[in-house]
Amino acid sequence: MKNSKVLTYVQKYTMIGMLILVVAAFSIATKSKLLLPQNISNLISQNAYVFVLATGMLLCILTGGNIDLGVGSYVCFIGAIGGIMLRSHIGIVPTALAMIACGILIGMWNAYWIAYVRVPPFITTLSSMLVFRGLSNVLLQGKTIRIENKTFLKIFGGGANCYIGTGPFAKKLCLIVGIVAAVAFVLLTLRSRISRQKKGFNVESFLAYIIKTAAIAAVIIFIAWKFYKYKGLPTVLIWLALVIGIYAYITSKTTIGRHFYAVGGNEKAAKLSGINTNRVYFLAYTSMGMLAGLSALLVIARFAAASPQAGDGYELDAIGSCFIGGASAYGGIGTVPGVIIGALLMGVINMGMSILGVDINWQKVVKGLVLLAAVIFDVVSKKKNS
Amino acid sequence: MSEKILLEMKNITKVFPGVKALDDVNLKVKEGSIHALVGENGAGKSTLMNVLSGIYPYGTYTGDIIYDGEECRFSKIRDSESKGIVIIHQELALVPYMTIGENMFLGNERGKAIAIDWTDTYVQADKYLKVVGLNESSHTLIKDIGVGKQQLVEIAKALSKNARLLILDEPTSSLNEEDSRALLDLLIRLKGEGLTSIIISHKLNEVSYVADDITVIRDGHTIETLVKGVDDISEDRIIRGMVGREMSDRFPKRHGVEIGDVAMEVKNWTVHHPVYTERKIVDDVSFYVRKGEVLGIAGLMGAGRTELSMSLFGRSYGSGISGQVFINGKEVKMHSCKSAIEHGLAYVTEDRKGNGLILSNAIRTNTTLANLKGVSNLGVIDADKEYAVAEEYREKLRTKCTGVEQFVGNLSGGNQQKVLLSKWMYAEPDVLILDEPTRGIDVGAKYEIYNIINALVAEGKSVIMISSELPEILGMSDRIYVMNEGRIVGEFKGSEATQEGIMAAIIKSSND
Repeated sequence: MKNSKVLTYVQKYTMIGMLILVVAAFSIATKSKLLLPQNISNLISQNAYVFVLATGMLLCILTGGNIDLGVGSYVCFIGAIGGIMLRSHIGIVPTALAMIACGILIGMWNAYWIAYVRVPPFITTLSSMLVFRGLSNVLLQGKTIRIENKTFLKIFGGGANCYIGTGPFAKKLCLIVGIVAAVAFVLLTLRSRISRQKKGFNVESFLAYIIKTAAIAAVIIFIAWKFYKYKGLPTVLIWLALVIGIYAYITSKTTIGRHFYAVGGNEKAAKLSGINTNRVYFLAYTSMGMLAGLSALLVIARFAAASPQAGDGYELDAIGSCFIGGASAYGGIGTVPGVIIGALLMGVINMGMSILGVDINWQKVVKGLVLLAAVIFDVVSKKKNS
Repeated sequence: MSEKILLEMKNITKVFPGVKALDDVNLKVKEGSIHALVGENGAGKSTLMNVLSGIYPYGTYTGDIIYDGEECRFSKIRDSESKGIVIIHQELALVPYMTIGENMFLGNERGKAIAIDWTDTYVQADKYLKVVGLNESSHTLIKDIGVGKQQLVEIAKALSKNARLLILDEPTSSLNEEDSRALLDLLIRLKGEGLTSIIISHKLNEVSYVADDITVIRDGHTIETLVKGVDDISEDRIIRGMVGREMSDRFPKRHGVEIGDVAMEVKNWTVHHPVYTERKIVDDVSFYVRKGEVLGIAGLMGAGRTELSMSLFGRSYGSGISGQVFINGKEVKMHSCKSAIEHGLAYVTEDRKGNGLILSNAIRTNTTLANLKGVSNLGVIDADKEYAVAEEYREKLRTKCTGVEQFVGNLSGGNQQKVLLSKWMYAEPDVLILDEPTRGIDVGAKYEIYNIINALVAEGKSVIMISSELPEILGMSDRIYVMNEGRIVGEFKGSEATQEGIMAAIIKSSND
């Protein structure tokens, strides 16, 4: 009994362990360059689009291992629309809203066929991938549009000054936010622990709780410290916190979230339990489109340009992060925090190898193998469990 | 009959992490006999057969297997098959879109690896089909024949592997009485031709009928072996061995349950097949159920009972549905499962793994799935309340588990059934349709399910119980409808019904 308990514990925290291991290994290999404030800051800014897309992809995968192959193309297409609107001096708010709306429409287009006509998602989104890649080239006529609007760049985390606040205040803000976040985290977990104890539920041992909470609080403060040492909080962090927070809440705490897991776990049972399974599919793909819209905002800001090559291979980053982060290829299993850890793991490996000067082609080889290894681990550990 | 021992398993012990699944088990099977292996779920029957067939290779267990006079150390299924030991699992291993012939020689193809000899395949297949008495062309696709015939194909497949010892795991669990009887008679006939079989079954009447020897396994131990003609092999005697105590009454009595007004009435309900829309599956069915009443619906497999209940439950089956449903005297229209649930109807499926439970989820989430509103506020789930609800039902139904966070997939059949019942009880229905509520679960768990049914009607709810096991229908129902070929062909008071009466109603209607 004891052994199996240890095993489930190990499984639950494997990816975190892997992340720590990979960070440690690259820190040593790069002689601590990996953990330089600039690199930590870049890790977040560079991978912002992956976090957003992977979060959306999780919902699709939850419904039964279904993926959206077209997200890279949507990002490119929506980015092109944004670029054209900004070039025509249309305001930031209308542009941003139009881009998100465009994402939702693309999502609904896919979602309709998938949910109500039951065209397999793989085919539907393969088609969309081609359609929107083609349309972006048509819109941009093969040319790149530069984005000059400084405010736009700053809001969506691009350009030279993509940090919250200005001057010394910006740096101080990091520490304040970091400490507030850490304290809030500790208080919230403590409150839920006490209330569960009062109701007589089993809670984990006090020692385990202290270690876990202290570790997470320490990581928050450590990252805040790194931001402080560099230039401040990247604005993109706001968008990330928003998306991750909302989606983590929806998937873990709401009935809608529960429906996603139910449909992926056993669609027939979900249907007979009174769940509108078509609507679940519809929501998953619509939300994916919306997040592709947000991602497009972050991407064109980051590159300060809308280019016809943008978004190439993004779908694979998003899908890979989900599977590395513990989502099941059969659906019904996976969490937002898991996916974020998966995305971080990929990000760290990318960055570590870039610092080491590993050839870009070899980087692809390594990433591919990491993805396979993660899924092999998942499959094998499940076999052992049963 | 010769008294030669074909198979002897001596002192078999098999340990899984944390559990001793088999503890010093002994089994002797005489050549040319039918040997039944009985025991409650989780007693270790399947584990023992997996040891025998090499699924658990030599070295992962201790003890000896002596087959045909020599000690065997199988490391894979092929090893045991080459000796003529063939196992047929409960879930049939046939590919629906292949022909009978292709299935029969799957993995054992006639001819050469790069050039399959199809003529030989089908000639051989037809030969074995004749042996098992199946009147189908070997070119027929598996999906086009019924489960009963599929079971025969499995046996033909086993014979084509030159089986000397055939192991059947719950061969009749999805067959109706007629097909079951045919299958058992086939085994008896094959026995006459020298085939030895081991049959694992929960259906004790069949065991009494077919077996020469019966070995009872309980909690990983061999309890006893009963020999036909020497020992008493009545059902009650076997049950006593299985549960280790006297079961004086297999169906608990209900006391003082008042049968009230009509809770649900269905009038002229007709349902067509979802694909072949001209075919009537349910034909002009009218019935009612009262509050506090257990209504049994008897019938053969394929009589349309499941289709009737699923079409009533939010039209989750069929096309071209017509008819009226009245709940508490008022006509209601239920076009989705959600509205059916809202109108106080619950359908507890016969296929708990396929249509009922989410195996990869915890007991907690399965329990609340049909009534998430009950544990949430404006769409936000109250985790503590959900936990409390799951815990409440775990205690109420005495579900055996490590806790409500355990995955449902890791529970035994009986406990999965309890989780499924928890889910529908928490949906707070007035009328529960239980479709084969005790299929594939052991005697002890069945008894507990019957108690739950009694508790439900005591609360004034109505229970419609569909079952293919006539003793269960007779033992539990206040009133019984008999269904055949989509129509209701008989109605009996529970106290007046007999097996003969029900079968007669079915046969008479088939002849009309």
